[in-house]
Amino acid sequence: MSLQVDLHHRMGDFTLETRFEAPSGITVLFGHSGSGKTSVIQAVAGLLRPDEGRIAVAGQVLLDTQAGVFVPPHRRRTGYIFQEGRLFPHLSVRQNLLYGRWMQGRWRQDRPSQDRPANTALFDHVVEMLGIASLLGRRPSLLSGGEKQRVAIGRALLCEPQILLADEPLAALDEARKQEILPYFERLRSEAAIPILYVCHSAAEAARLANHVVALKQGRIIGQGAAGAFFSDAALAANLSPMEAGAIISGVVAQRHPDGLAEVASSAGRFLIPDNAIAPGSAIRLRIEAQDVMLALHRPEAISALNVLEAVVVSVQPGRGPGMLVTLRAGQEQILARITKRSGAALDLKAGDACYAVIKSVSVAPAAIGRSVLR
Amino acid sequence: MSWLGPEAWSAVLLSLKVAFWASLCSLPVAVFVAYALARWRFAGKSVLNGLVHLPLILPPVVTGYLLLLGFGTQGPIGGPLKEIGIVFAFRWTGAALAAAVMAFPLMVRAIRLSIEAVDPKLEEAAATLGASRLRGFATITLPLILPGMLAGLILAFAKAMGEFGATITFVSNIPGKTQTLPSAVYAFLQVPGGEAAATRLVLVSIAISMLALLLSEMLSRRIADWVAGR
Repeated sequence: MSLQVDLHHRMGDFTLETRFEAPSGITVLFGHSGSGKTSVIQAVAGLLRPDEGRIAVAGQVLLDTQAGVFVPPHRRRTGYIFQEGRLFPHLSVRQNLLYGRWMQGRWRQDRPSQDRPANTALFDHVVEMLGIASLLGRRPSLLSGGEKQRVAIGRALLCEPQILLADEPLAALDEARKQEILPYFERLRSEAAIPILYVCHSAAEAARLANHVVALKQGRIIGQGAAGAFFSDAALAANLSPMEAGAIISGVVAQRHPDGLAEVASSAGRFLIPDNAIAPGSAIRLRIEAQDVMLALHRPEAISALNVLEAVVVSVQPGRGPGMLVTLRAGQEQILARITKRSGAALDLKAGDACYAVIKSVSVAPAAIGRSVLR
Repeated sequence: MSWLGPEAWSAVLLSLKVAFWASLCSLPVAVFVAYALARWRFAGKSVLNGLVHLPLILPPVVTGYLLLLGFGTQGPIGGPLKEIGIVFAFRWTGAALAAAVMAFPLMVRAIRLSIEAVDPKLEEAAATLGASRLRGFATITLPLILPGMLAGLILAFAKAMGEFGATITFVSNIPGKTQTLPSAVYAFLQVPGGEAAATRLVLVSIAISMLALLLSEMLSRRIADWVAGR
């Protein structure tokens, strides 16, 4: 199943002009606020009616302005997870969760009858997966931010959507709550067979969740591709925001050390990161911010940084300010390093040069380490 | 009710009947108009808003006279209605119509305020979950504005109980037929020695008002608690 989007829409002096395809798995719509990300998923849900365009999910046309097709939002079967949850305040958590099934008439199939018991398998599965069994009788006003968002995810899943739309579902949460919700999306990514369109403006969040990234700037797509390739593209990073640049490295947890560090085996070599309670043997992906990578021409000795990886310079991308982005290859992995132009000149870095990438273990945030089914 | 006297007693009963039907029948219309004013953008919105509020600003006698012109048996609306057997002029139904028209702006204002307090994005969320606009309204917005609807009902009921000018102009002051509580008080005060009867009616009027107020306080607290999940 996949989603095809082709939109053209004007709002004042802002023009949205996007065309992309999202396969199953998580496609992150990535960009700053005002880049048109939310308008795109509102158009997919039918909450925004674009001037021109065509949207199809799994072969079913939801919008085709040329053919005069506009499926109203309530017939689109999109599971929409809103930034603020938007739970219904006068309904209990259970009623919120079942609202979609009620509206779609599915509660009839769920009811017990003479020949079969009540169909609660999906409900039980979702409630168990999101850990909300103890909240079912409560009203939304008594839930914490993280709990509300888990219920909102459950509510969207239970209407058995053809596509899941998540509009910055973590933006309203603090860091700890984000860490609480992120694993559920990782689980959805591997379990759900439907496309998930996920809007966010945080590179760390996008890098952790995305299979595929579509980057928007001022209503236009400035780059798209598989997450690994996308985040190690220095030209794209420079265009989006060099401060936030950071490549994704994938590896396998080799060992958890008692001092709070985990050892990761990757094609770039072994390195140490903070332990994020992921069992040895698990495939992980982690994002290393370009500004946390130091470069050296000789292997540094007597240095506090624990990770020194052998690398080769692939390209050098000077920025607009005093900085530059250096793309490195270490094993199969690409690493981005953000250094000053002055350092680049002092080391005389150019494509093909061998060097060492120095990365402090503590600079890798636990939030940047996630389970992977990358590529 | 010998204490009140048959004439006064029938005026009390008529006023209750008139106020009950006036507020109940105008409720669905008021919800629709309030929703349109709160949520929709359409041409002529300010004209509709002005029309709704007109009875609040016009002298009641003028409203009553306009009703007589429009809904009288010779009027452009009253004429055709008479053909199908519905007559307003000089009937208790006319008193109810006059009371409803006079109370309508108050009811619409109360309901509109409560609709504006409900996040319109909740209906959007309902739509993505498969609810058509009508079902989304019925299952989400409508329950959430119940306190506002109750407040509007009570206000309209109170206004209808006390309506005098438009009523007396439109349906006159026929004892036992169109004589409501305020017109009965007025009538008693016009005859010598009627002060005692008028005072008794005033006491009844105060009692009914207090009771309605207490009842609405209790109900609205219950409904607000239910909506908030307490």
